Order: sequence, then C-alpha cells, then structure tokens
Amino acid sequence: MTNTWQDIKNANVVIVMGGNAAEAHPCGFKWVIEAKIENGAKLVVVDPRFTRTASVADYYAPIRPGTDIAFLSGVIRYLLENDKIQHEYVRSYTNASLIVKDGFGFEDGLFTGYNEETRSYDKTTWDYDIGEDGFARIDDTWQDPRCVINLLKKHVSRYTPEMVSRITGTPQDKFLHVCELIASTSAPDKAMTSLFALGWTQHSVGAQNIRNMAMVQLLLGNIGVAGGGMNALRGHSNIQGLTDVGLLSNQMPGYMNLPSDKETNFDVYMSTRGFKPLRPNQISYYQNTRKLFVSFMKALYGDAATQENNWAFDWLPKLDIPLYDIIKAFEMMNAGQMTGYICQGFNPLQAFPDRGKIRRGLSKLKFLVTMDPLDTETSRFWQDFGPQNPADSAKIQTEVFQLPVTCFAEENGSLVNSARWLQWHWKAAEGPGIARSDIWIMSGIFHRLRELYRKEGGAFPDPLLNVTWKYTDPLSPDPEELAKEMNGRALADLTDATTGAVTTAGTLLDGVAQLRDDGTSAAGCWSFAGCFTEKRNQMARRDATDPREQGIAPNWAWAWPANRRILYNRASADPAGKPWNPAKPIIAWNGTRWAGIDVPDYTPTLDPAKGASPFIMNDEGLGRLFARKLMAEGPFPEHYEPMESPVENVLHPKVKNNPAARVFADDRANFGNPKNFPYVATTYRLTEHFHFWTKHALINAILQPEEFVEVGEVLAKEKGIEQGGWVKVSSKRGEVVCKAYVTKRIKPLMVDGKHTHVIGVPLHWGFTGQARKGYGANTLTPSVGDANTQTPEFKAFLVNIEKTSAPVPA
Amino acid sequence: MALTRREFIKFTGLGLAASSLGMLGFGESGVAQAAAVRPFKLAHATETRNTCTYCSVACGILIYSMGDRAKNALSNIIHIEGDPDHPVNRGTLCPKGSALLDIVHAPTRLKAPRYRKPGGTEFEEVSWDFALDRIARLMKDDRDKNFIAKNADGTTVNRWISTGMLAASASSSETSFLTWKVMRSLGAVVFDNQARV
Repeated sequence: MTNTWQDIKNANVVIVMGGNAAEAHPCGFKWVIEAKIENGAKLVVVDPRFTRTASVADYYAPIRPGTDIAFLSGVIRYLLENDKIQHEYVRSYTNASLIVKDGFGFEDGLFTGYNEETRSYDKTTWDYDIGEDGFARIDDTWQDPRCVINLLKKHVSRYTPEMVSRITGTPQDKFLHVCELIASTSAPDKAMTSLFALGWTQHSVGAQNIRNMAMVQLLLGNIGVAGGGMNALRGHSNIQGLTDVGLLSNQMPGYMNLPSDKETNFDVYMSTRGFKPLRPNQISYYQNTRKLFVSFMKALYGDAATQENNWAFDWLPKLDIPLYDIIKAFEMMNAGQMTGYICQGFNPLQAFPDRGKIRRGLSKLKFLVTMDPLDTETSRFWQDFGPQNPADSAKIQTEVFQLPVTCFAEENGSLVNSARWLQWHWKAAEGPGIARSDIWIMSGIFHRLRELYRKEGGAFPDPLLNVTWKYTDPLSPDPEELAKEMNGRALADLTDATTGAVTTAGTLLDGVAQLRDDGTSAAGCWSFAGCFTEKRNQMARRDATDPREQGIAPNWAWAWPANRRILYNRASADPAGKPWNPAKPIIAWNGTRWAGIDVPDYTPTLDPAKGASPFIMNDEGLGRLFARKLMAEGPFPEHYEPMESPVENVLHPKVKNNPAARVFADDRANFGNPKNFPYVATTYRLTEHFHFWTKHALINAILQPEEFVEVGEVLAKEKGIEQGGWVKVSSKRGEVVCKAYVTKRIKPLMVDGKHTHVIGVPLHWGFTGQARKGYGANTLTPSVGDANTQTPEFKAFLVNIEKTSAPVPA
Repeated sequence: MALTRREFIKFTGLGLAASSLGMLGFGESGVAQAAAVRPFKLAHATETRNTCTYCSVACGILIYSMGDRAKNALSNIIHIEGDPDHPVNRGTLCPKGSALLDIVHAPTRLKAPRYRKPGGTEFEEVSWDFALDRIARLMKDDRDKNFIAKNADGTTVNRWISTGMLAASASSSETSFLTWKVMRSLGAVVFDNQARV
C-alpha cells in the first residue's frame, strides 16, 4: 500500500477492482465504510461476482475475468477524450511530456522488438530519446507526436466503450458510469483510492493490471495524496515483510537484485545501477545503490567482506535465468532435476496450480522437509486419502520430515503489514510438545552443515563458513538481535557531512542516510534502517496519537521507509509546495523546509523552486505512464486474453495471449479449449476462512464446513443443477466433485455477442484439519504465471460442469 | 479515577467477589453466594500484545494466558480478543481473528518431529537430533554433488539449484532474515515465498 488503512477514510471515491476487501480484509474494510459515512465517498466495485464488497457499493459493474486491462485502458481513453485529467500534476509529475525514441511502436498486438522463438522482447526502443546533454528530451507543449501522452492516447484509442463492452462483457452504460465516477477525482482536491489484491495479480497479465490502474491514478493526480494511492491489500500477515527481506529467487533484502551470471563482477553489476538522473536537478535516490549494497554485504559477511574481494560479491549466487520461481521449481521437480525441497509455513500441494503436477513433483524428490505449526497436506502428499489425494505410498521414495513449529502466539518478532508498518509482537506461551521456532530449526540446520563442512570439506564452503553469526546464543538467536542486524550499525565513527554529528562505531543507525559505501556501515535490510535504534525498538511503539485524525498515527510502530506513512507524499503538494487539497494536507513547503504530519518523501530542506520532481526513486523523478524497459510485455498495458479463454482476442487475433509469458511445454499441453471446457472459472476466498489454515480451527470448520462451487441461476437451470446438489467440475487438469451453491450473484455476461458463464471456486478445503475433505481448487487451475512475477493465473481459466450424484462413502 | 482497561477488569472482578451481597440485605445466603462467585478469569491472566496471524491488515490482538511466566508455570492461552487501542482494527476482529484461540489449540497442531521413510505408509516420531542431523546430511550430499561453482563460460556463479526452499509468510521478518542468510550462504536460488499466491 502506498497509503495507510485508516487513510482510506479520506477518499472521495473508493474503487475495489481485483479484490474483495469486505470479505478478505474485513477489519481494514471498515475504513471504506468510514469514508462512505464520514466523507460521502462513493464505493465502486468492478468484479465478475456480486461480492460482499459489491453488496455495500454505491455502484457495481460486472466484468469477465481476465479483461481488466481492456476496461482500464477504456477508462484512460475516456479521461483523455473528456479532458478529465489533473493537468498540472500530469505535466509536472509524470513522464507525459518526455519524448520516446524513434523506432518504438505497436502493431497487431506486439510492441517493437519481439522475438517469437524466445517469447521475449529486445527492448532497445522502449526508452526515452536522450539528448546530447544526457537528459531525456521533453516537449512541454505536448505537440510532438512522440511524447508519452500522445503515444498513450494513440495506444488506448482502440478501447472505445463499444470495444470495452465487447471484450469485458460489462454493459456500455455501466462502464461509462464507472468512468464518470472515476473522472470526478481529477479535481485537484478530490482523491480516489484503488484497493486491489490477488484478483489482479493472479493473471498472466497481473503486473500490467496494476500498472494500468497506477496510470489512471497518475492521470487523476491521485498518487501521494490523502485518500489516494495504489493500495495492494496483501494476503498473509508478513508477506510484505518476506518480500521486503527479499525471500524471492532473484532478490536481496530491500529490493536489490541478485546478480545474473552476465554480471561477471561487481563493477559490471554496479555499471547498470548508477541511476544517473535523466532530467536536470533530480534526486534519483538509487544513485545510493552502492551504499545499500556494500552495507548489506558487510552485514552478511562482516570482516570477510572487504574492498579487496569486492565485498564478497562472488559469494552471492548468480542467476542464469530471470527467476527460479515456484512454477519453475515444480517443473524441475517433475523433470527429476531436484533432490530436496524445504517448505517453511507453506503448503504448495494446496497453494500451487495443477495439483496433480505438484503431487507428481513431490513424489520425485529424494527428501522433503516441512516446517509448520499444522499438519499440512504437503507433508502428507505420499499418503492415500482417497479421491482427494490418491497415492500409492509404497511407490513413493521421498523421505519426509514433518517438523513442528511454534506459532505467532509463541514468539517475539515483527511483522510488516500491508501499509508497511513493522509491528512488534510478544510471546504469550510456549508451543505445544517439543515444537520449536523456525529460528531454532534453521539455526540447527545451519550449525550442523557448518560442522560437516569444517570436518569434511566439500563444495565451496566459504560463504557458509564466513556468514556473520554473532548471536548471544548461536543456536537460538534472539529476534531482537536479528532486528538490530537488519536495522544496521556503524562499523566506524561516522560523521554526517552536513551536521557534523558523529555516530560512534558499534551503535545502531538512526536511518538509511548514515549508510556508507566504504565498508564503515552494515545494514541487513537498508529499507528497515531506523526500525531499531539506540533509543528503542521503534517497532514496539504504541502511541496511537493521530494529528488532525487524518489516519497517519506516526508514532504507532514504525513504517518503512524512514517511518513514512504515505509514499510519494511530495506529490500531495503542487510544484510550489502548496497542498492540492488544503483540507487534507500531508506536507507543505514553509519557506525553509517541508513540514506536515508525515515524514516527507523528499529531501526535507530542498526548495521546490530547485525543480526536483516527487518520484525520487525514478531517475527522471517522474511517475511513469510509459514504463520504459521495466515490464516483460510492453511499456503500455495491452489486453491479452487469459491463457485459457472462451473467445478470440478481437483486437489482434494472431496474438491472443500474453506473448511474453513463459509457458512450459507440458503445461501448454494441459491447457483446455472452450469446446470441451466452455465456462470461465475464477478462484476466491471466503471471509470465514484463511487459505488452508482455518479448516484446522473448529469454529471456522463449522462455519464453512465443505467444498462448494458457486454457479449462477441461469447456468444452473441450463445444466439441471439444484441448490446444494452435487456437481462435477472439470478442467483439462483434473476434476472436483462437490456441492453447488446456486446464486444470483453471478450473471451471464454478453461477450462479443455470446453469453459467457462464470463459475466461482472457493479454495479452502483439503484433506487435513477439521472441515470435510475437499479436492482443492488447484486441482483445476492451469500452471502458468504472470510474465513478470510468475504469479499463477488462478483468476481466469476454463472448466466444464455437470450435475452428478452424491459420492458413495468408501 | 483513572483506570487502565486491565485495572478496570480486575477492579470489577474483585469487586464482585469482595462486596458482600449481605450488605445489600440478602443476609447469610447472600454472603455464601458471593463467596461462590468466581472472580473474572481474565483478572488473573497475563495479557500479551500481539498481531493477528492471518491477513495483512495486521489487527492488534490481546492474548490472555494463565501462568505468570515464572519458570515453573507453563503458560496456557485461554482467550484472544481485539486490541481496542490499535489504530486500524480498534478492537474489532473478523470471523477468522475471532477464532484465533481455535488455531492456537487446534488438534492438528504438531507436537514432535515426525519422519516418513522412503516407501513408508506412516509417520514415526523422531528426535530433533535425528531429524536435523539427517536433513543436514541430505542437504550437504546434494550440494556437494550438484553445486555449480562456474558456468560454461567460466564465470563464477556459485549457485545451488537441486535443493530449494519455500519460505513462510506468517513468520516474523527476523525469522525471514535468518532464513535468507542460511539459504543464500549455501548458494540456494530455488528460493521463494508466498508473495505470489
């Protein structure tokens, strides 16, 4: 989230598209209700189903799963055609005026530079035209046809209301009404917030769904302001933290990337990370990358990371492909290329697409380790549970270790919530039996491995032998020690260049500004610097005071970065530093410094007259309507059909799906066609359950005891399906036998002249826990991910449904 | 009189037990009845601040446990409710958060390490030493066999792709940092988390 949960109350329009916050984030959703009641906000919901969020909306529009880009590109067309953009914001704060290189273009569904063989782009032309002064060329008058705003206008011109409706199934009048509501927030003192979740990410075009709305928000001037922003409602309690700390195949803590094997040494690695400003006077924060990187390597390897060995650069693993994500891991497993797998608090047999493939993959491992408080399906994949988990145990040679782990109530530590707050929590009791913490287990494995390498030698042990491990109890490090390690310390006396203040060697850092690139500072996660200072554990703060009751609460816990609660908040004020919305200012220029209720996302004493733009993390300082080379499938979002789709792509029939999506041959062979699988399915969650955990909790198992699918009345009638009757839902990959819940909440959509039915598949049931046994929604889902993130396409795929009889108990 | 929430609970709880109903004119039977009224259980519980383990709203919760955290007193969690001081949830919890006690005490909570042999049909309980020794052995054998120090071009790559890990999504950031250190110092790149699902 760019903003806070409470800040939602400041919105004039709340759009929920790509999520169902009322059901999935109920206690955060109360701030939407607060916005409606106290601020007269309009809630707009665009969703394939009339969800619980839709039931309290001011306006609801249905949409076919997987067509959000067509809808949002239509919105952009509407905003540009009707001149409903925040002009001064767009001109000053976005790259609308920048000129794009000659040669960049878009034709028949493809951007310039496509290579069909590698299914990827040569992105050379996807960039600005750089002048002789080294800066991107600009046309403030927007006359040049090559400036971003004109290229964008041309790109979205195809998304007329007729075309939007033809693709999405949203009736034209409803689409236009949503456009009007969105457009009302182009006034400088009005804001719209976008709340989204996995309803947008879980598509083969997931990242572009989100970019598309971010572009809408930039055009409306809604980023950085109170009641605005792009608010990703994250799923798990610390998935934000795990992402921040870089537990992703290509990541290091603080969103730094692991090197690729093309980056043969540290200098090559740094050569693309200089981030020289692309416009005059810009901050381009990532010019500091060397400080962040070196400080991290000092935290990781201590004295063993030196200037001479390039801060142990060679000890980091180098990637040969962009990602070893989970879909890739299971592809490798199925090909017999993997020996072992460790699942820490993760249940892939339930959570990942094409369950049959997951089960077959796990069966080919030599060993599997699960670390979990609960008895997960994954840890029992080898055991026969009937049709819900058919297995021939004797034939499965995998050694399985099921390790019992303590839970949230039994540990100290911090979690990062969706609003980037690091909140400390405290242990209330011991775990059951001899369950141990993840920290204890990982430390135990680490020590044993290190001992084995010391004794026996073996493959390149240097990183393992030298990684810092200076904890009071090396077998069970204290969470506070780890938090301090992430926060960072001075390794020598550090003198501030402006104030002359000295941070003495050994003390905890107050913030990221103290990091150095000469090895005199260490920080395990630079974006957390300031969370645990010499003063105190800032994450444990509990002062809920909220200046002007504007939803900032700056002294409650600690937010990354630098305790900043609203990202890009410099953009809440006009170029001269005066708030766009005088009723809800965040920061303002007072003649000598930026002052207000939040930590400025800007140099605190930088005079706005100097012309540095608000998006300080970007090298041009501007919000990007044109993404340059950063996305796999293009610098503008384009509508591509889901990998399994009931219709052709009416915009460009030859390029139906995301041309840059990675698809493994066996997965492609397992895609179904609309002839055999005529209905669109989409997975979702229920408010009574959390993924696959709460079926272990008695109350939740009672509240939603058994697997079902949601079917609209029209389709149910067509197929003779009764309320509560048994059905068989099948995809090319498997079938689920469960009960049907026939509702008015899903109505057929008219897509390109044809009725299209949508089936809802809640995902909570498996074969362990206290609820009844279920097959799991992932029995049906296709194994393909977003082209940038490899997030699986759970929200749009094809199935068939037939009435069936109740299963006979075995 | 300024009372914290906790003091208020204690105050009312003790008040009920201590005030003689007899004084209100119920006579001896009233006194006996008052003595039999159990003081409000939470008054004697230890209150611990925590956050809900489910979604990323991260509602503040109060966990009440019996036992005063003395060495010999095993804590037992008896009640969990929303933290009214928390600026986001302000004391409320959803149907999942309200039932947190049931996940803490779920009958399927694991209590001891278990091991399943190749081809085995059941789990057997094992010691931590057995499990961790064996896991370390299996990891090292695989790493020594399959570790890639240099690629075909002779570039140092130091990666290990034949054993992978999925990291938790409800564990603390501190846990995740330690996990990162262990796995990356081994060269693991098949390493991911729940961010995608």
